[in-house]
Formats: sequence, structure tokens, C-alpha cells
Amino acid sequence: MINSQLPILQVMVPLLAASLCAILPFRRLTWLIALAASLAALAISLNLLVLVLNDGPISYALGDWAAPWGIEYRVDALSAFVLVLVSALGSIIMVFAPTSLAREIDADRVFLFHAMYLLNLAGLLGMAVTGDVFNLFVFLEISSLSSYVMIGLGRDRRALTAAFQYLIMGTVGATFYVIGVGMMYMMTGTLNMADLGTRLPEVAATRTVIAAMAFIVVGLGLKLAIVPLHFWLPNAYAYAPTVVSAFLAATATKVALYALLRIVFTVFGGPAMIGLPVDQILLVLAIVAMFGASAVAIYQTDAKRLLAYSSLAQIGYMVLGISFLSATGLTATIIHLFNHALMKGALFLALGCIYLRLGSVQIEKMAGLGRRMPWTMGAFVVGGLSLIGIPLTVGFISKWYLIQAALERGWWLVAALILLSSLLAVIYVWRVVEVAYFQAPSDDMLQLREAPAVMVVPVWVLAGANVYFGVNPQQTIRAAQSAAAALLGGGG
Amino acid sequence: MSPETAIIAALAVPALGALLIGLAGRVPNLREAITLTTAAALLAIVISLVLAWFDGARPDVTLLEMIPGLSLRFTAEPLGLLFALVASSLWIVNSIYSIGYMRGNAEHNQTRYYIFFALALTSTMGVALAGNMLTLFVFYELLTLSTYPLVAHHGTPKAVRSARTYMGVLMATSIGLLLFGMIWTWQAAGTLTFTPGGVFEGKIYQPLTGILLALFVFGIGKAALMPVHRWLPAAMVAPTPVSALLHAVAVVKAGVFAVVKVIVYIFGVEHLRTVINFDWLSIVAGFTIVAASVVALRQDNLKRRLAYSTVSQLSYVVLAAAILVPISVAGAALHIAAHAVSKITLFFAAGSIYTAAHKTEISQLDGIGKRMPWTMVAFGIGALSIIGLPPTIGFTSKWLILQGAFEAQNSVAIGVIILSTLLNAAYFLPIIYVAFFRSESGEAAPHGEAPWPMVLALTATAGLTVVLFFAPGWPLALAQELAGIVR
Amino acid sequence: MSFPGLINYWAVAALMMIGFYAVIAHGNLVKKVIGLNIFQAAMFIFYISMAKVRGGTAPILDDDLSVFSNPLPHVLILTAIVVGVATTALGLSLIVRIRDAYGSVEDEEIRAIEAASD
Repeated sequence: MINSQLPILQVMVPLLAASLCAILPFRRLTWLIALAASLAALAISLNLLVLVLNDGPISYALGDWAAPWGIEYRVDALSAFVLVLVSALGSIIMVFAPTSLAREIDADRVFLFHAMYLLNLAGLLGMAVTGDVFNLFVFLEISSLSSYVMIGLGRDRRALTAAFQYLIMGTVGATFYVIGVGMMYMMTGTLNMADLGTRLPEVAATRTVIAAMAFIVVGLGLKLAIVPLHFWLPNAYAYAPTVVSAFLAATATKVALYALLRIVFTVFGGPAMIGLPVDQILLVLAIVAMFGASAVAIYQTDAKRLLAYSSLAQIGYMVLGISFLSATGLTATIIHLFNHALMKGALFLALGCIYLRLGSVQIEKMAGLGRRMPWTMGAFVVGGLSLIGIPLTVGFISKWYLIQAALERGWWLVAALILLSSLLAVIYVWRVVEVAYFQAPSDDMLQLREAPAVMVVPVWVLAGANVYFGVNPQQTIRAAQSAAAALLGGGG
Repeated sequence: MSPETAIIAALAVPALGALLIGLAGRVPNLREAITLTTAAALLAIVISLVLAWFDGARPDVTLLEMIPGLSLRFTAEPLGLLFALVASSLWIVNSIYSIGYMRGNAEHNQTRYYIFFALALTSTMGVALAGNMLTLFVFYELLTLSTYPLVAHHGTPKAVRSARTYMGVLMATSIGLLLFGMIWTWQAAGTLTFTPGGVFEGKIYQPLTGILLALFVFGIGKAALMPVHRWLPAAMVAPTPVSALLHAVAVVKAGVFAVVKVIVYIFGVEHLRTVINFDWLSIVAGFTIVAASVVALRQDNLKRRLAYSTVSQLSYVVLAAAILVPISVAGAALHIAAHAVSKITLFFAAGSIYTAAHKTEISQLDGIGKRMPWTMVAFGIGALSIIGLPPTIGFTSKWLILQGAFEAQNSVAIGVIILSTLLNAAYFLPIIYVAFFRSESGEAAPHGEAPWPMVLALTATAGLTVVLFFAPGWPLALAQELAGIVR
Repeated sequence: MSFPGLINYWAVAALMMIGFYAVIAHGNLVKKVIGLNIFQAAMFIFYISMAKVRGGTAPILDDDLSVFSNPLPHVLILTAIVVGVATTALGLSLIVRIRDAYGSVEDEEIRAIEAASD
């Protein structure tokens, strides 16, 4: 019985918990609520994943209004995969959060942070669970608005301007998306994804549909921070509280990517259906991101900004996978979507530990930190190696599939470029490693202790996941493959 | 112990040793005892594996499926056993030497040093016993990572910079070229398992084979084929036992080992014979041999001269494998062992000179033979072996290679080997000459031999160099088995 | 349909560009938010225009009426308006805090302050 209500509970639990948090001005209590809601969401999503893998996609009619009129929630392999990813990272980050927040946010605002975090979680989960393009917009805005607030909570005043910049660009992106949705509605009279998928091909050649696709890809591209649309991201990640950076880097861009995949493949039936060379455009942008953002990352002096630029480059890899338009390419994208969440989660949380003790994440101030905070830096190194793509970490698996997809298409040059760009990752990761391990600590660092266990353990859970899914990636690969097949199968 | 367990143990024992060393970090004596015990245990395990192999056991262990159809897989075959044997036996000697050196020079961070040394050995065992290219690649990268802290050990700006070169070149080649070649192979042949005779028969467009081979040969940067040899001289900033490990035991040998392995088990010797544009490999290897020898001639720093000598000697192995006849492949395998014992002796000698006399330049060595007779006699033996003169193992391996070159009527190889022998003599004999026959220059402080563990170690390896000439035993037997596989 | 029939859409396009231009070109943060509002208003009109059925009335359930506008876009746009209000409120409150922190709501002045404090 309860099983049939899972899709709606997935969203309702964090949503209700959020409103509860907003009216209860207690730090510890709201934290407990947030943690409990995250864990409940995780349990629900795991349940959904098992159900979907066993019995195929689940459809849920909201308020019992049947699909084309009412809003349909639809969970297939891909969305279940994303749900698990988001709720799992949310739970881990929540365990980590209180100690880190105590240092980075004013104490009287912490309960509001929890409310915002839960709203964001509800928004992200909703985006993954919904089968309705307009409903997706609503959830997109819920998660966006709450993330502007969370970024603005940072103590650095630049966090405010970063949040404002993100608000402007994010709203423009979301509006673009809605305009695209409106155009699709004009041509088909439906907002249901599966319905759109069957009706759009008839009108695919019209200018309206082409324009719709262009609007939607640009709109979601803004949320996803595909390279020329990325200007909000580095500042937002750099000045937000570390917990927020970790959560957004690990989940928000991933869900935006999910939405892009959903729209481009399930709704439009793949770029080939529409007379717009989206794949070629994405290919070029992805390669620019891979090199440009990595090159900029090399010159950063702030470790958080460094990771932010590295995120842009990694988003490039995911987008590259889409541009191959093949099962292997999409598998690579989905695998990397998961893997990158693990890497960046671990790395940002490690920076959270460092900020707690050091009060800064400037690379030059991290001299000798390898000795003072061995566990934290150890996790950072593991995450960094994964980012580079060293075998036995998840990064290697991602790279393997991406290159294989490139070779499958016979794009030798692209394969070579993927490898070349991962060498840039070696440089920026090693800049931190060298400073932390092979430079003498300054005198005021002698008092420095390792971060408390409640922070180190979540960091290592993620770092460990980087290794675990790197040596034992069958589950990820299988889930990604079936998700890719569902996307290409159309509707699925 | 069944051979399967032995393979797992060979990987697990040094890793476990690293853990225990870390735990025992505060008690130096215990820490060193653990290092030595681990080394001895590893050697025993490898010996049991070799014995089992000669008894006909063909162990094959599959651990984890990393990518559908591709697992972490380990097998024992002659070439790998030979490499494992060399590495594990020299680790014992190197550990004894390390204890003397690290204490003699009062180095800092000794625990970190021993931990990463043990981890490097785990990686080496993984490379040696790898059953497919993926496994080899995994441990090849781990070897780079685990030796990085050893190279950067001193932490001085110079050391960090050199370590950066070390890491940069090895990572760039392995990720940029080797990984590419590997995935291409996977795409074309559908397997990465090391198969006698190769995996490509009829599966790849002929002219592309040359390009693919180049990806592998240059991608394996540890083989130090020019122009990817720059990391090797850079890594000279490391403490001497590390240089000995890098140059004689683990890193460079992992490189040439991988090249031979790829030629024999991925491309297949027979298949390569039919490839038309294959000659370039002999030419590049030959050029590296000669050019590196010429550069070595001009170095005054003893360790740098040895480093360039290593670059040159490594290409012997590549050249020998590229001659593509069974006997030369056997020569390649044996040269891995021969060069290992000889070069480690030379490095030990260099380190012992540094510890006792604090001298690093060749021009300072006048008359040192009288103060450090054991060291310099061992140095002489090592040098003879590198030049390829009897009664040393270096002669045996060079003989096999030359024989192969004649059999294949490869005039380039013959010319290169003769020329380089002359060059080797030219850069080693003067050192021996000045050490024994020049009188010491004025202001030298009196000193004797280095601490006894160091002298013991270098005497042992020098002795081994000679003993192997008279009784080549397992190394030769394994090399011949490999030749049997090649045919 | 000829030009007059599409006049709503021309208006939408014009408003959209005006709003978008304001967002990009104005250095004053409040004006940026106003631009954003115009931009969103264009989108609202776009939805409402497409719902219009020629000769139709408001969608009220009554036996006399048979032709009425499509109510769904209206509902959608109600949601979108709510979102727009929330965005505007949030944007303005961020501006208030920016003004507290920097003493200015001009983009360039904030940059100058930032550059000076670095």
C-alpha cells in the first residue's frame, strides 16, 4: 500500500519538514528534523530504485488525475538513480553539517538554513521524480530560490553579490525554460513528458519546436553551467558556506543535467529528431569547458574556487558524453554524473574540515597540513586522484567509458583531447598536494588539530565510496546502462 | 601454500608490512625489523611461486571485475616471475642498505620513507604478476604514486620541483598515451588478457599497428626511451637507496618489463615480424642507447652519470625485444635481472661514498679506492657488468642479445651494441682508474668505509653479479622458458 | 494569421528584449530586478495569449457558454507569477543586504570596493 505512494512521499517528506523547520527556531531540533527527513528520503529512494529495477518504471497520478490532464510522477531507472544519489549525498552532508555550520553561519540563522536545505532537497527530488515539464519548472524554481538563500548565508559579503548574480542568471534560465515549454504546449497541447514524446515527432520540423528546443537547452544550460553560461558558478561555490558548496556541487548541477537528458531524449526523442545540431554545439562547448575551465583552475589561489572551476570542466565531460548520441556515451555521462558527485562531495567536505581549523582555504596557507590533519588531507588526495582518473577510483571508470564512446564513434581526436585535459587535472590537484605535504608548516599551525570525527567520518564515507565504486563499479555501470537504454528507447 | 594463495600473499604481504611499519613508527628498531621481516617473507613467497611454476602450476587469480569483461587478474608466467624474483631479492638488500643510509645521514621522515617503500614493492609485485593489461596499468600508476613521496623526500624546493617532473612525465605518458593505447586495444581486440602470440591476429589494420605500438612504448614512460627519459635524471634528488630502487629494482624495470610484456603478449612477436613499419623501434632504442651514453660521458655528478647510464641500459632491453627472435627476447629478460644487480651495486657504492666522504662529483674521487676498498671494488665489478665483460652476469645477457642480433641479421642492433660497449667503458673505466691509481688531493678529511650495513649490502650485490655469471640458475632458466613461449 | 493577429506575440518579443536588455545593461541592481520582472511579464503574456480562443469567454463553468479560453495556461501562469513574486522579493532583500554590506547598489561601485579591499 505504502509502496504505491512512494513517489509523492519522496517530495512531500522534505517539503513538509522544511515548513516545520521554518517555524521552529531551534538549532539542534531543526537539524534532527533535517537529518531525519534526508534519511527518510534516502530510504524511499532506495525502495523506489529496487522497485524500478525489478518491475520497470512506476507511474503515479497526482491527486488521481489521470496522466494527460493531471500531473504524472514517473520513476524509471534514471530518475531512481538520481533520487538515490541526491538523497544519499544530502544525508551524508547533513551528518557533516552542524559542526561546519557553527563556524560558517550565524547561530541564529541555522534553523533557517535547515529549512532552505530541505526545500532545496525537495526541489531537486521533485525535478527527478516528475513526469510533467511544467511541474519540473516549479521544482526547478523551488530548488533555485532556496539555493540563492543558502549561498547568501555565507559570512563573506561577496556571498551576497554571488547569490544575486546567480539569482539573475538562474531566473533568466528558468524563464527561458518556461518559454520553451510554452512553445511545446502550443504545438502539442500537452505537458506530460511521455505524451510530448509521442506527439512532438509529428511537428518536429516546425520552427516553433526548434525554437522551443533552443530555449530549453539554453535555459537548462544556465542551471547546469555549461561553459559560456557558467559565470555564476565560481563565485557562488567560492563564497557560499562549504556545506552549501558541497551540496550544490554534488547534487544541483547533476539534477540539472538529468533534466537536460530527460528533455532532450525523452521529450524530443534525441537531437537528431529536431533540425537543430544540439549535439555538435554541445561537443564544442564541452571541449572548451574541459580545457578552458581546467586551465583557469590551475591559476586559482583559493582551493574552493579551484574546485569550482574543476566542476565546470567535469560538467564538460558529462556534456561531452551526451554529444556522442550513443548508448556508451550516455552511459559515460550517467556514470560520471554519479562519480563526480562522489568526488566533489568528498573534496568540498574536506575543504570544510580545513576551513573549520584554518579559517581559510587559501592554498598557500595549507602548507604542511598533511601532517597536521592527516585524515582530512588523505581524503582530499583520494578525491583528487579520482578527479584525475587514477585507476581504482571512480574517475577512472568515467574516463574509460568516455574514451570508449569516443573511439566507438571513431573520434580519435576527441579521445586524445579527453586524455590531454585530464592531465590538466593532475596539475591543479598536485598544486594542493605539494603545498600540503612538502612545505613546512608555519608556526601558528603547530596548534592545529585534526577535525572532529563527525566531520572526518562523512568525508571518508565519500572518499571511500570513490574507491569502492572504483574497484567494484558493476552496480553503477549496470544502472547507468539501463538508464541510458531507457533514454534512447524513447519514453521509457 | 597453493600458488594462488602465494600470488595474493605476494601482493598482501608488503601492503600489510606498510601498515605495520606505520603503526611501529615511533620505535625505529621495531620498524626496521618489520621491514626486513616483510622483505624476507616476500622473497620466500616468490620463491615458492617460482618452484610451483617449475612444477607445472599455472595459477590464475581473478579478483574483481572492474569493467564488464575486464577484471583485476593475476597470473604467473616466466617473465613476471623473473621480475618478481629480482625485485623481492633486491628489496632485502636494499632494506639493509637503507637502514645504514638513513641512520648514517640522519634523514627526517624515516617512517614515511619505509611505508612508501613497502607500498612501492606491493605495486611492483602487482605489475610483475599482472594477468592483463588493465591490472598492469593499475599497478603501474600505483607505483608512480607510491614512489612520488620517496622522490620528494627531502622536501626542499629542488626536490619538490624534480618530483614534479618525475610525476608529470610519468603521468602524462601513462594517461596520455598508454591508457589511450590500452582502450584502443580493448576496442579493437576485445580483450586485454596477456596471451602468448598476442591478441591482434587479423584484428587490426596493419599500418596502424606501428602507431598503436608507439602509444604503448612511449606511454610506458618508465622505460625511459628518449624523448620521455627526462624524469629519470630529475629523480636523482632522492636519497640514494631510493635511486637504487628506482633505477635498479622497481620503477625502470617495471617500465621495460611492461614493454617486453606488451611486445610478447599483446602484439605477439610473430605478428610483429609481419608488420612492415616496425623498424622504428630498433632505431629509437638504438639512438637512446648511444645518445644517453654520450650524455653520461659528460656528467661529473656520479649519480647523474649513473642515471644516464640507466637510460642507455634500459633501451638494451627494448632493443633486444625489438629484434624479435627468441634468443634475443631471452636476452632482454635476463638483462632486466643483470642490469638490476649491477646498477644497484653502483648506486649503493655512490651512496656509500656520499655517506662516508660526502662526495658527489667524479672529479672529487681521486684516490678514494684506498680509503674505501670494499666500496670501490664492488663499484668496479658493477661497472664491468654494465660494460658487459666476464666474469659478470652483464656479459651473459649481452651475449644473448648479440647472438639474437646476428641471427636476425639486424646490423643496426649489432653496430649499436658494439659502439655502446665502447662508450660504457669510456665512462666507467676512468672512475675506477682515478679511484685507485691517483693520489688523493690535498685538503680531504680522513674517513673510512661507510656504516657496515651499507658495505654488507653492496658487497652482497657485487657478489651476486659474479655468482650469476657462473651459476645463472633460475634467471636464465626463466628467460629460456620465455624464449620457448615466443618461438 | 496576418500581422494584427500576431500582435500579442510581437509585444511579447518586444517586452522580452526590453527586459533582457535592462538585466544586462543596467548597473543598478534594483533596475536589474525590474528588468527581470519585465522579462518574466513577457512570458506571462505569452502564455495567456496562446490560451485565447477566438470568440471565447473566460473559462467559467456555465451552461450558456460553450466556447471559452483554455484554462490550463492561466493556471500555469498563476504558478509562474507566484514564483516571479518570490524571486523579486528575494532579489530585493538581497539588494538590501548588499547595500548594508557595501553601502551601494551600483554594480560598478561594488566592484571598485571589492577591488580596493583585496
